[in-house]
Amino acid sequence: MSLGNVFNIAGSAMSAQSTRLNTVSSNMANAETVSSSVDKTYRARHPVFATMLNQSGGSNSLFAGDDQAGVGVQVLGIVEDNSELQARYEPGHPAADENGYVYYPNVNVVEEMADMISASRSFQTNADIMSTAKGMLQKVLTIGQ
Amino acid sequence: MSISFDKALGIHEKALNFRTQRAEVLANNIANADTPHYKARDLDFSAALSSAEKASQSFSMSHTQSNHFDLASVELVNPALRFRTPTHPSLDQNTVDADLEQAQYAKNSVDFQASFTFLNDKFKGLMNALRGE
Repeated sequence: MSLGNVFNIAGSAMSAQSTRLNTVSSNMANAETVSSSVDKTYRARHPVFATMLNQSGGSNSLFAGDDQAGVGVQVLGIVEDNSELQARYEPGHPAADENGYVYYPNVNVVEEMADMISASRSFQTNADIMSTAKGMLQKVLTIGQ
Repeated sequence: MSISFDKALGIHEKALNFRTQRAEVLANNIANADTPHYKARDLDFSAALSSAEKASQSFSMSHTQSNHFDLASVELVNPALRFRTPTHPSLDQNTVDADLEQAQYAKNSVDFQASFTFLNDKFKGLMNALRGE
């Protein structure tokens, strides 16, 4: 029964969205983590989503298999944002370098908040999809009764 | 005389199957709502219906050489699976409209219930016939 696949698909999306929520919380937690050098400063992290495709080469078609629709979403990896860090002149700071600069992470707090809301909405939607599929599946079990 | 389930259940069994497949496709769209370059897809009911009609009266080619292949293999496996026409462009080339997909998913779920009711009634009719009450 391919309704079972809906669970896998929605589950993969929920897992991907929670990874995204994880990176958001990591970025937010480290938004003010200063450092005295560019290399050691925290950089914003973002997950890279990609469609999971059915790998089973069951059909002899030149195109994708019967389940061309794909089987959900995967997180390919986490990438660091390489936009410029903020250097602030704070000579009184204990972490200041010899020129009196400290480096702040390139975390955009507003962007992260928007990302957080988007991730939470997507998670919710996928949870709803799952519960609807569950209702459909339970309905099928009552056939002939 | 035996009961042919294929004849007794009619199109409803296949319709239920179609709804299940469509639920999968729509769930996949929603799962990929944040995936860059993902193109939303949907199953077209009328295309599925006509391909099912064609399949019932199809014929195959004969293989006289080992490297001959079926004509079917150069066609799309599922002719009903189409790409959705995007309503508005997005920066990351993703064509999923989450609200539209959600609405379609809800509608599909209701259609599923309808097909299920029809199928269930067919079964009930068969049971009544068997009981002879």
